[in-house]
Amino acid sequence: MKSSVIVFPGSNCDRDIAVALEKMQFKNQMVWHKETKLPKSDLIVIPGGFSYGDYLRSGAIAGKSLIIDEVIKAAHSGCLVLGICNGFQILTETGLLKGTLLRNKNLKFINKDVHIKVINNNTKFSNKYKKNQIIKINIAHNEGNYFTDPKHLDELKKENLIAFKYCDEKGNDNENSNPNGSLENIAGILNANKNILGMMPHPERMVDTIISNKDGVNLFSSLLN
Amino acid sequence: MAKLSQLNLKKNKLKFSVTVTLKKDVLDPQGKVVQNTLVNMGMSNLKNIRQGKHFEIEIDESDTNSAEKKIDEMCKKLLVNLIIEDYKINKI
Repeated sequence: MKSSVIVFPGSNCDRDIAVALEKMQFKNQMVWHKETKLPKSDLIVIPGGFSYGDYLRSGAIAGKSLIIDEVIKAAHSGCLVLGICNGFQILTETGLLKGTLLRNKNLKFINKDVHIKVINNNTKFSNKYKKNQIIKINIAHNEGNYFTDPKHLDELKKENLIAFKYCDEKGNDNENSNPNGSLENIAGILNANKNILGMMPHPERMVDTIISNKDGVNLFSSLLN
Repeated sequence: MAKLSQLNLKKNKLKFSVTVTLKKDVLDPQGKVVQNTLVNMGMSNLKNIRQGKHFEIEIDESDTNSAEKKIDEMCKKLLVNLIIEDYKINKI
């Protein structure tokens, strides 16, 4: 499977995701944001970081970069797109995913391992997980508080487009297990066609027991499935 | 000649301000913290604070209406996230 990782000035999880992809046997290429052509890809990853120093709004400037037009075209023709952390923020700024990520409710940058629950395991990104499986995964963000309008929230629920929710280790998703104030504890969402996933947690940080755990591996093996 | 073109430049330049604030129903935690701090400092009659962004934009246009239209386009395309933010354009 061929993957492309888009790199912006200020991306800082680009190499982590590349290592994870290569470990999982993806044929990966790094693509600088000034490129106007995408290599042939089955998967495009927009990595985490602080593209353009979070100027204006997180992801706003990257969302207007040259390569993004190609990403939008590829996404519309069915290519799989994964946005992690700042990548999720960028995807909302491009309009590929609806809603936006607000500043964390407690105004603090949160960097810790949290529990999330797999809400929809019937997608290209999550088919190797069990439904409602609880996994432990790292979050590291200042703007992870997902917000959208009531009509879209309804669509997310009805169409099963909520991919992951924050929860506690027993799977309870409520205010106490919500790290950033995100609407309905949402940690990741899909577009209507389910070929685009945006998530705040970092699966690429959870592929090796030496540094963390392997709870992120199934996301990548799902893609290869 | 140099003076004349400078004059023309000046004549064609219009200046606007754009104020961007979070919509009423969007939580503004920064505004709340600023508000609480001011209340703690003794400003007890303070009712509400919403924090926002301010842009000053100069544009090479002589017609105010078409300049405003362009500023509006800039707001909609980049400066403002319409899901969560409102904006006001003022001529300055």
